[in-house]
Amino acid sequence: MSHHVRVNPIACEAHGICAELLPERITLDEWGYPIVDGRPLHGEQLEHARRAARACPTLALILQRERSRTPAS
Amino acid sequence: MSPPAPTAELHPAAPDGDSPAPAQLPRLLAGVRDERALTLDEHSALHGELPAVGGGGRSRSRTKARRLIEEVEAAGLCGCGGGGFPTATKMRSVAGARGRAIVVVNAIEAEPPSFKDRTLLELAPHLVLDGAVLAAEALRADEVVVAIGEHAGGSAASTYAAIQERSRAAQGRVTLTLASVGGGYVAGQESALISGLEGREALPTFTPPLPFERGLRRRPTLVNNAETLAHLALIARHGAGWFRRLGTDAHPGSALVTLSGPVAYPGVYEIEAGAPLPTLIDAAGGTTAGVRGVLTGGYAGTWAPSTAIDELALSRERLKAAGSSFGAGIVLLLSAETCPVAETTRLARWLAGESARQCGPCIHGLDAIAGAVEAIAAGAREQPSEQRLRTLASLTAGRGACAHPDGAVRVIASALRAFAPEFEDHRRSGPCERCRSASELPLPHRGGRRGGDRP
Repeated sequence: MSHHVRVNPIACEAHGICAELLPERITLDEWGYPIVDGRPLHGEQLEHARRAARACPTLALILQRERSRTPAS
Repeated sequence: MSPPAPTAELHPAAPDGDSPAPAQLPRLLAGVRDERALTLDEHSALHGELPAVGGGGRSRSRTKARRLIEEVEAAGLCGCGGGGFPTATKMRSVAGARGRAIVVVNAIEAEPPSFKDRTLLELAPHLVLDGAVLAAEALRADEVVVAIGEHAGGSAASTYAAIQERSRAAQGRVTLTLASVGGGYVAGQESALISGLEGREALPTFTPPLPFERGLRRRPTLVNNAETLAHLALIARHGAGWFRRLGTDAHPGSALVTLSGPVAYPGVYEIEAGAPLPTLIDAAGGTTAGVRGVLTGGYAGTWAPSTAIDELALSRERLKAAGSSFGAGIVLLLSAETCPVAETTRLARWLAGESARQCGPCIHGLDAIAGAVEAIAAGAREQPSEQRLRTLASLTAGRGACAHPDGAVRVIASALRAFAPEFEDHRRSGPCERCRSASELPLPHRGGRRGGDRP
């Protein structure tokens, strides 16, 4: 089972804390919103991702387990 | 000038000597005349009674329901609202979800150049209701909600009357209700539609959950476009083999398209999927002015220069191969009398304004793109480089909760390519004489969106 990070773009308010806590996977765009690298996380990265998700003031950063694909809307 | 009956006999070009499929048009618009809705009696006389899906013993009805989904799958029916997702897969997802299902007919038709769902509900509402009832029975849903937009026009009355007719005729196998949902361009998106039906603003939500697992009133919800369900009603009666006697392997059957622009008879046409675009234009009485470009796939689709018209054929796979999409069947011709740069500038600003303003990259990205296009159109001293335009596109597309930023980026980027000579002129010399022409693209203000009249 693998984990990756995902952003809820509706909840995100560009606080930018995620980019500080998980620079391996997250950079910020010119407006301050996270650009997320959704590749699987391993070892220490996973711990950093957990910390970043907990630290997000709007809980917009989501740590997701690989799930089966569902129909698009 | 009144348009002819909104049907046309159009067939795809026979590939390399193959004989074309037998003519079977019109299907959805069969028997339509006088620009009014077919009554329930007329509809039943034309298409036959509604086949039974439920009823009988429980196991028998389950078998019948499974057969309908299998038939829809064999027919290759895909969603006609723009997404083109396989209908049978969607039905199976709802069937496999926990709880009593509900069916929503999506007739919001929020794309300004599209009129096909409203036309279908104005002329053949019972075909749409048949499909919704059959889908509901197959999913053991007890309720169908027909969702129409604020600017449903005559389709609101025809749909309401059709629902009343069915309740009088005691064809009440499933409860049918009509609901009007306000909102802008994104209101027709599935999750936005569910929000609108629940009394909130019709704005997209973050997924999952998708409507099939938790939709309207938290029930598993099948959201299907009105035209999709009308096709389903015919597949249930005549079978997948019949359905596939028209169209292409990848896009079987017929399709409704809305043709607008400088043609003698703009309007809604039922075509065979795969029909060449020039055939459609001929059926609409030909062009009435020079044509500069063509938009397929709607405001989330792709512009091509008029030189591409002869090569375009109207099916999902053919348009995809041409770098566009079938979308909701929109075909818009831009005349040579307007300025394509000015049209693109207005479209970019309108699309930015239609952002639900929920996701940062969509709010800021679409605004920055509109600003960049405006700077080019004005021939401003400081203009965005090609590299800057590419950066803005990649910072915007794919980063919202819904596909609005993706579609907006696609359509603006395609306009920059299709109308490259005019954009180059404007970069150098600023506005041209044609910049002052009235907008040919329908770009309604929110709250004062287009009326319900068909083109």
